[in-house]
Amino acid sequence: MPTTQPLNEAGQVAEQFNDIDQQVQSNLFGMWLFLSTELLLFGGVFAGFIVFRVIHGEAFAAAAGHLDLMLGSLNTALLLTSGLTMALAEQLVNNTRRRATLVMLLATIALGAIFIGIKGYEWYHEYEHHLMPVLGLPFEYPGEHPQQAELFFNFYFTLTGLHGFHMLVGLGLLSVIAILTWRWRDPPRIARQVQISGLYWAFVDVLWIVVFSLLYLLRS
Amino acid sequence: MSSETSALPDYLPEVSKGLTLMPEQASAMAGRIDTLYIALVVICGLLTVVVFALIAVLGYRYRANSRANRESQSSEHTHRRVELGVLAIMLVIFMGLFGWASSLYLDMFRGPSAAMTINVIGKQWMWKVQHPDGTREINTIHVPVDETINLRVTSQDVIHSFYLPAFRLKRDVLPGSYREVWFTADNPGVYRLFCAEYCGSYHAQMRGKIVVMEQADYQQWLTRQGESEAPAVSGAQLFQSYGCSGCHMGKTGIQAPSLAGVFGRAVPLAGGATMIADEAYLHDSIVQPQKHVVAGFDPIMPSYSGQISEGEILQIIAYIKSLEPLDWKTNPSQNPTQGEAQP
Amino acid sequence: MSVATDPRWPREHYLSEGFRLRDWLLTTDHKRIAWLYLASITAFFFLGGTAALLIRLELITPPGDLVSADTYNQLFSLHGIVMVWFFLIPSIPATLGNFLIPMMVGARDLAFPRLNLLSWYIYTLGGLFTLAAVIGGGVDTGWTFYTPYSTMFSNSAVIAAAAGVFIVGFSSILTGLNFIVTTHKMRAPGLSWFRLPLFVWANYATSLIMVLATPVLSSVLMLIVVERLLGIGIFDPALGGDPLLFQHLFWFYSHPAVYIMILPGMGVVSEIIACFSRKPVFGYHGMVISIMSIAVFGFIVWGHHMFVAGQSIYAGIMFSFFTFLVALPSAIKTFNWTATLYKGRITFTAPMIYALSFVGLFTIGGLTGIILASIAIDVHVHDTYFVTAHFHYIMVGGMVTGYLGGLHFWWPKMTGRMYSELWSKVAALALFIGFNLTFFPQFILGYLGMPRRYHEYPVDFQVLNVMSSLGAGVLAIGYLLPLFYLFWSLRFGPAAGGNPWRAKGLEWWTDSPPTKHNFHRIPRVTESAYAYDPTAE
Ligand code: HEA
Ligand code: HEA
Ligand code: HEC
Ligand code: CUA
Ligand SMILES: [Cu+2]
Repeated sequence: MPTTQPLNEAGQVAEQFNDIDQQVQSNLFGMWLFLSTELLLFGGVFAGFIVFRVIHGEAFAAAAGHLDLMLGSLNTALLLTSGLTMALAEQLVNNTRRRATLVMLLATIALGAIFIGIKGYEWYHEYEHHLMPVLGLPFEYPGEHPQQAELFFNFYFTLTGLHGFHMLVGLGLLSVIAILTWRWRDPPRIARQVQISGLYWAFVDVLWIVVFSLLYLLRS
Repeated sequence: MSSETSALPDYLPEVSKGLTLMPEQASAMAGRIDTLYIALVVICGLLTVVVFALIAVLGYRYRANSRANRESQSSEHTHRRVELGVLAIMLVIFMGLFGWASSLYLDMFRGPSAAMTINVIGKQWMWKVQHPDGTREINTIHVPVDETINLRVTSQDVIHSFYLPAFRLKRDVLPGSYREVWFTADNPGVYRLFCAEYCGSYHAQMRGKIVVMEQADYQQWLTRQGESEAPAVSGAQLFQSYGCSGCHMGKTGIQAPSLAGVFGRAVPLAGGATMIADEAYLHDSIVQPQKHVVAGFDPIMPSYSGQISEGEILQIIAYIKSLEPLDWKTNPSQNPTQGEAQP
Repeated sequence: MSVATDPRWPREHYLSEGFRLRDWLLTTDHKRIAWLYLASITAFFFLGGTAALLIRLELITPPGDLVSADTYNQLFSLHGIVMVWFFLIPSIPATLGNFLIPMMVGARDLAFPRLNLLSWYIYTLGGLFTLAAVIGGGVDTGWTFYTPYSTMFSNSAVIAAAAGVFIVGFSSILTGLNFIVTTHKMRAPGLSWFRLPLFVWANYATSLIMVLATPVLSSVLMLIVVERLLGIGIFDPALGGDPLLFQHLFWFYSHPAVYIMILPGMGVVSEIIACFSRKPVFGYHGMVISIMSIAVFGFIVWGHHMFVAGQSIYAGIMFSFFTFLVALPSAIKTFNWTATLYKGRITFTAPMIYALSFVGLFTIGGLTGIILASIAIDVHVHDTYFVTAHFHYIMVGGMVTGYLGGLHFWWPKMTGRMYSELWSKVAALALFIGFNLTFFPQFILGYLGMPRRYHEYPVDFQVLNVMSSLGAGVLAIGYLLPLFYLFWSLRFGPAAGGNPWRAKGLEWWTDSPPTKHNFHRIPRVTESAYAYDPTAE
């Protein structure tokens, strides 16, 4: 099924554009703008968190101690690796290596899925320890300042939930791209799509780093 | 019109003031605010007139079929110079206004020290008032004239806003924190009290009045209200009934700090910091005991948030403030059920 | 002569491309999407307007007699939410902007046509949520959704309403994104940044704010929804959360958002005044700098909504200072519009009357903003009708008037037809008079101390309230009239021809209505946007 169409021969240009160059540039620019809005979406919650982190420093630091640093770090490692595989996929697709691209995409998807799994396990863990102040579930906090700790866990679930949602969207996106790659109809177009999704995936990576540092690392 | 007014609850001031352009003034601050306001209206009015006049005059002069001279149009360079000129003029005007308004604002917020403090609690949809001697009222505040009065305002539920138009005074009232507002009424009379922050169904009915009285009348009014207890006394009862005394003066063997003389003292906290035990601190200690834990004690005190009303908290605080150091030990009669006390 | 045989009527144009419903609902043509928006925001405007009329009816008498207290609260909440998010924010950008920006930059369409259609669907979805909120018992938080009332105390459909606003936010984000990319990447040859019409600049600046501020609103609304839905408590004071945090985040969006609601109007007015004075805009570069600095500095003044809410007094003073600064560019712009008239050749068409009304009413609204920014005064007038009057002067007197002016100006382009000159002037005048009658008394009311969001009020405020309600009636006529004669023109109006106003923008280079891809040939630009000559003829 691999085609021999060379990459420099651009695919079809959408009707509103003059040439493929304009189209590619517009798409990339659009994605960057979109990511900046995403950053601000998280930014609102980050800002709130930081305010309370300062006000209730001690309580938040202690509450952070109840998160599983091991699993969090493992997840960070997984996600960074998936960033690498995604970057490789971008390289490979540019060299029209269909099979290798596909492998890298699948690896990225797998790593992302494991991330979600671990995250789910962590949540379950917190649920079992009554650290999930959601939907009226009991909140039993063993340390000092249980109220502020509850606030901390509220943020924890909001932030990880929001990030998890973005991961799911990313996984969906990558799955579609993987299918397109498997079919290999219009390689230049696929290359562009891989590039755009790569941008998104990298962004979700970076977000996680921030979430991770704010929630897990600022502990006592 | 009388039929309309008689339907109103009696706490609303029944003052029909006719069509006026300015509200009445009942404090020195009101006059100063009005001066600034009139200055602003004049300046803004003039600018508005300039804009309207420019439109009218230029619009007429350069209407399509007029013969006005349209030669020698100005250049971009001239435009820039004119713009900078306008900018400079506006900057000067605006900065002048800014300076004036801000200094007035600082005066409004950093008041002189007050002769008395009245507690005001907003709750959906009424204002509860407690005078220093324990007199309580709802939706009405009696105050003496010419005396600097401090209000300590807070809310029991949502955000309200304490608004006395005749005093040009407004402050949002937030749950969980105390705000201080001061004023000096300089004109006896009855004035309006509004809730200015939307707070739910009957926001528009959360109104009341403030009655400014001559000093003598005020004293008389107070004695007429005499039968009510001082807040410290009712606070002492609450201290019993909520079980505070069980730990803080108790024989139960629970380790809790003595509250005698704690008010105004620097309290060492777990974690090394110290805090001055003021009203806000005591308030937090009751509602969020875990927020500041006293050094050397376990954080076992339960939170009373939601179980105890803001009014009761104020009474308990008054009681705690009334305790001299080791008061309860030397004078057990204040706590009738407390036969003997432990150190 | 019927239109079909009129030589000025193009044989083929975007409206003749297909007449079935799906040709409209699945179109990616920016011009048709503009119409979709036009229809939906008009519906929402009349919904919000009906609520406004009921509010004004209730306030004719002091006691709360027409509707119950809860209904009243739902009315002004509905009015605010609908007018701000479903009418005024999308008004000029999504209709006129959508229609004109590609043409003004000489492009065949926006950069992402399908995204453009998607944003209309998102808008509609958000609208449905809001309507669901209305049907499901209404929402009574005011458009500001202040916590803890909205999160812990209100019994109304807060979740549906907040979700509606959350969703519609993405529609404006995507629209903004589309405009920015289009302006950056798709300008016709020769069209440098400083040859762009001010309308494009204004929408560009607006888009920047949409893209950068709306997500913060989204996140804070998300927190409200999550808080109500899942029972967590970020703003709950009992947990040590802070209700003021909500206000900070909300105004961090909503102050810049007020510039979303005025900049496009400023753009429209610049086009109209230049055209009917037959003169280049006075101080083009100054206008561009002003637009951009309003957009940028608008981000640092949000605290002026919280002067008595409990931020530190020094923060208050800082915010007051910045507020004065951000007013300066508006002053420059106002002055420049009037200066554009100087040595012009002025005709008072309906669009021009609207535009000049805009300038006058915006000045009053803006200068009363200065009174509000004077921090000591705001302590007294905050949350009174003074504030209500201030923002209606800017948003209704300014932006809505500007929007109608733009609609009248480009109507011949959009439809290819002319409307009745007489009726349009009557409507513009009714609007100006009715508007002032409605909202000027509210300044006095506010300074007298009448708080907003009051369902009943003391008797001595009645005279002014009655004046205001009467004005609202006149205003209603001013808004209903265009509905009639514009509809009428769709069928019976004479053909307008490519350039009925002899205006200079690129959009006038092509037929009215334009062809599907806007231009028969992509234009090559050689002069600035306003190459008018007042000395001619
Ligand atoms: C489109 C909407 C819009 C716009 C553009 C503005 C513009 C401004 N606003 Fe307004 N505002 C609102 C919509 C808007 N506002 C709304 C909706 C609220 C209430 C929200 C709520 O609580 O529900 C509000 C509330 C509000 C407040 C808070 C009031 C309170 O709640 O207590 C303040 C306080 O500073 C303020 C100030 C200003 C200022 C200084 C400007 C400035 O940008 C204005 C600048 C313009 C000018 C200064 C006029 C320029 C003309 C001249 C100066 C003449 C020059 C002439 C010559 C040189 C000849 N606004
Ligand atoms: C953004 C745009 C916008 C617009 C265009 C308007 C338009 C109007 N507004 Fe509104 N207003 C707000 C934004 C806007 N408003 C906001 C944000 C608030 C604050 C809300 C809050 O406190 O949370 C507010 C609040 C507000 C109040 C204060 C309520 C209170 O605090 O208790 C009042 C009171 O007079 C009012 C009046 C009006 C009037 C008379 C109009 C008129 O201009 C409307 C004129 C339009 C019409 C009259 C339509 C004509 C319709 C018909 C004739 C019906 C026909 C019906 C069908 C065809 C179905 N508005
Ligand atoms: C179960 C026992 C218990 C009960 C009941 C209790 N407290 Fe306490 N309280 C404590 C302990 C222990 C501390 C010290 C640790 C801390 O600060 O949380 C404390 C601290 C305080 C402090 C701060 C004292 C200081 O020195 O700074 C105040 C004020 C206070 N309590 C008031 C009250 C009031 C008022 C009530 C009743 C409404 C009450 N307490 C009920 C155990 C209790
Ligand atoms: Cu209390 Cu409004
Ligand atoms: Cu603002």
